[in-house]
Amino acid sequence: MLNFALRRMAWMAVMLVGLLAITFSISHIAPGDPAALAAGPDATREMVERIRFEHGLDRPLPVQFALYLGNILQGNWGTSINTRHAVWDDLVLFFPATFELVVFSILIAVGIGIPLGVLAAVRQNTWLDHSIRLVTVGGVALPMFWLGLMLQLALALHFGWFPLGGRMDMMTEPVAPITHLLLVDTLLHGEFAIFVECLHHIVLPAAALSIPALASIIRVNRAEMLETLNQDYVVNAMAQGLSLFRIVAIYALRNAMLPTMAMIGLRFGWMLGGTVLVETVFDWPGIGLYAVESAINSDFEPIMGSTIVLGFFFMLTNLFIDIVYALLDPRVREQI
Amino acid sequence: MTESALQRDLPTTDPTWAERNHAALRTLRLYVRTLFRNASAVLGLGLVLLFLAIAAVGPWIIPYPEDAAGAVHMDRKLQPPSAEHWFGTDEVGNDVFSRVVLGTRLTLQIALIVTGVAILIGVPLGMIAGYVGGAVQEVIMRVTDIFLGVPGLILAIAIVGALGPGIANAMLALSLVWWPGYVRLVQAKTLSLKNEIYVDAARSMGAGPMRIVFVHLLPNCTSPIVVKASMDMGMAILGAASLGFLGLGAQPPEPEWGAMISIARNYLPDWWWYSFFPGLAIFITVMGFNLLGDGLRDILDPQHRE
Amino acid sequence: MTGTPLLAVEDLTVEFDTFDGVYKALDGVSFTLGRGESLGIVGETGCGKSVTAKSILGLVPSPPGRTRAGRILFDGDDLLEDGGARVRDIRGIDIAMIFQDPMTYLNPVFTVGQQLVDVIRAQQRLMPASERMSRAGARALALEMLERVHLPNPERQFSAYPHQLSGGMRQRVLIAQALSGRPRILVADEPTTALDVTIQAQILSLIRELIASFQLSVILISHDLGVVATVCDRIVVMYAGQIVEDASVTEIFDNPQHPYTQGLLAAVPHPGRPVSSLSGISGTLPNLLDPPSGCRFRTRCERATDACGTRPALEQLGTGHRVACWHRGAGP
Repeated sequence: MLNFALRRMAWMAVMLVGLLAITFSISHIAPGDPAALAAGPDATREMVERIRFEHGLDRPLPVQFALYLGNILQGNWGTSINTRHAVWDDLVLFFPATFELVVFSILIAVGIGIPLGVLAAVRQNTWLDHSIRLVTVGGVALPMFWLGLMLQLALALHFGWFPLGGRMDMMTEPVAPITHLLLVDTLLHGEFAIFVECLHHIVLPAAALSIPALASIIRVNRAEMLETLNQDYVVNAMAQGLSLFRIVAIYALRNAMLPTMAMIGLRFGWMLGGTVLVETVFDWPGIGLYAVESAINSDFEPIMGSTIVLGFFFMLTNLFIDIVYALLDPRVREQI
Repeated sequence: MTESALQRDLPTTDPTWAERNHAALRTLRLYVRTLFRNASAVLGLGLVLLFLAIAAVGPWIIPYPEDAAGAVHMDRKLQPPSAEHWFGTDEVGNDVFSRVVLGTRLTLQIALIVTGVAILIGVPLGMIAGYVGGAVQEVIMRVTDIFLGVPGLILAIAIVGALGPGIANAMLALSLVWWPGYVRLVQAKTLSLKNEIYVDAARSMGAGPMRIVFVHLLPNCTSPIVVKASMDMGMAILGAASLGFLGLGAQPPEPEWGAMISIARNYLPDWWWYSFFPGLAIFITVMGFNLLGDGLRDILDPQHRE
Repeated sequence: MTGTPLLAVEDLTVEFDTFDGVYKALDGVSFTLGRGESLGIVGETGCGKSVTAKSILGLVPSPPGRTRAGRILFDGDDLLEDGGARVRDIRGIDIAMIFQDPMTYLNPVFTVGQQLVDVIRAQQRLMPASERMSRAGARALALEMLERVHLPNPERQFSAYPHQLSGGMRQRVLIAQALSGRPRILVADEPTTALDVTIQAQILSLIRELIASFQLSVILISHDLGVVATVCDRIVVMYAGQIVEDASVTEIFDNPQHPYTQGLLAAVPHPGRPVSSLSGISGTLPNLLDPPSGCRFRTRCERATDACGTRPALEQLGTGHRVACWHRGAGP
């Protein structure tokens, strides 16, 4: 098992270099002069030449890539023209908000999706199954940004049940950061009123982010449950008198979880992509919003920085999922 | 059951047409039944056909053709849905219905180009990886893995950020993040087909690699590619609309659904129709392609058939 | 109560809805199993043996399966009454089952030991909580059972996963599961078919040993007359969803009455018998979507006459020998 985890981690290091190669290449496919881009729109010719020399942009590509890797590893990720801060500092500032939103959303999607998938499979072809199916068919096709806007329109603007955006009210005094995750920090400080307020703020963005993922998790889990419930080991468990609950919730579900985990991983990637949309709609001060604002202004280094952080985060999640997968299935552990 | 009852009533001397073509009829019945038992697949097919039809005749059926290019009628701006303007009007008085209908063309164009380019890049790479194997396969598949390891929309935004906003760059960016899925699909399929007996037989009879790939392998990969392409048309539409919404794709006044919503959101909640109808159009179109893809999988992939 | 057989299947009729129509898997199957008796059910693939076995434990999936008629009496109680609640109560406790392919009947993601312990705890589900075993007790019983089925190295195999065991070892684990609740009846559905020949012999001798030590009544399903003959006292021969002959092992081998039984016997090779004397039965099983009227064997039978257009009843020929044929007899 340990061996398995170590090998996956080694592979992740390779993936990370690959990711940096992609961001490095993107900077080179950009039309125009990377030195001019890095210098910003208002730079003089001299400043551009100085940056070209300083950044080694006049050297061969492999050397440039090595320099690039070195800079990234040293936390030297450039400067945002927009915020006028070091990109690294900005990312450290914005990442917790995105992390909190995405993790909260995936927990909702998994926590609701798996029970509903099991339920639909056990009650196959009943009205319950059909209604769950109808919801999932629609859910996958919803554009996240539009879903977010419609949720705002109905639940925030029309009924006023939820706030329109942000992580908390403007007037509220923030608690001293510990983890920088507001839901966690407020609890650690015992500020339950602020905790509820933050929870109130996260509901709509999390709904917009998780509903499409929820739909596909239900679909996959239902299909896999139907498949496993037809397996011989389920027949044997029935013949030996195991309770229906144990057969469904433990014997079949654990097997059905294996392909479902793969779908959860895939969907998590989509959610990370969706943060750019949902954070834009809900003014959520995370990396997604930062990336979009930078992209609109062609502010290059913050976009690449955001891509690296979100890409790395996705790789870490995939590593985590691989390890859970191996914990669930003894056969995977031995494949190495 | 009715068929067998029928047969018993007929004179049994000559085999009837139905009896002679029993096997073909059974397959046909199975396809039709699989399709129609799955009412959602029929709905999907209907929605996709409707979408294609609207895209084809769009410019000739819209009530206000001049609104497509962004005419200005300040006298009738932001009117609610009515008999003259089914989906209301926008902030410069353009008919939202006309612009949504025209949006189908642009959307179809984007979806076809993105999916098509992804297939043109992904399928040959997957075929090469699966057929050649060895180090070539290793390199192709590892690069594919790395691309799949970055959230697609983020990578697309990075590419658009580098190239500059605009519809052409958005399509290019989406194509560049879409191909890895096809590599995986085709590589896995090629790998499993490569050692089939009939491929061995063709090889032993002196068929060259090109012949094997084009005559024996590619036709057998088409079903999964068609299914994935149908799903991806929907996903590409979502991706393009997302970029449009963020201001990185199609630019106003182009009648692109995502770009329309990006302006329209400033007019919420009072002028809700302006955001609502373009979004509904995206939703219905994407759902159509998804349902069709599901239905195609049921028909073309017997393993998934119950 | 000594008069009632331990298990009586009466007029069991089971159908499946398929795409092509209604598949009539079982048609009026009746037989009994006495206390301490070992009954073999033989027939070709598709003749309804497995459906019979699964019906006894209510394991025929529904839909598409459907019990059209019949009763299954366990100790005089009808298991098909009250919508299957009764049959759920006897599963694993009074009647246990082992299956054909040991490779697929164990859950791949749990250890052998955990699955055995789960079964042992399920077997005590009807006891009052105070009498049930503790986890440690169940574990001890599980280890004891693994020893009784002669699984080598039971302590180590306890924490092994199914894919780490050979087919024969897995079948031993499944037998341990079935017998740990000390059932009165063991239903064995082709327990050796999927195994290598040498392993088959070992498993059969294990089953014989356990029949004696657990005082089991057994229903053994097989397509192989030889396998059945080594374990059973009595044989039921099935053809196309119906019983065609039912007699003691010696009667079946020495005095077969039904042409189908005779055909099966003619196809059994054994030492000292010239290969040239072996013969198969020509033709194939009839399509059970639309079975022939009357005797279902008549389409393949050399003795078939117009009389066979009517279904022959299962007639009693004296001491426990029943046969359904208009032209029964030793044959030509």
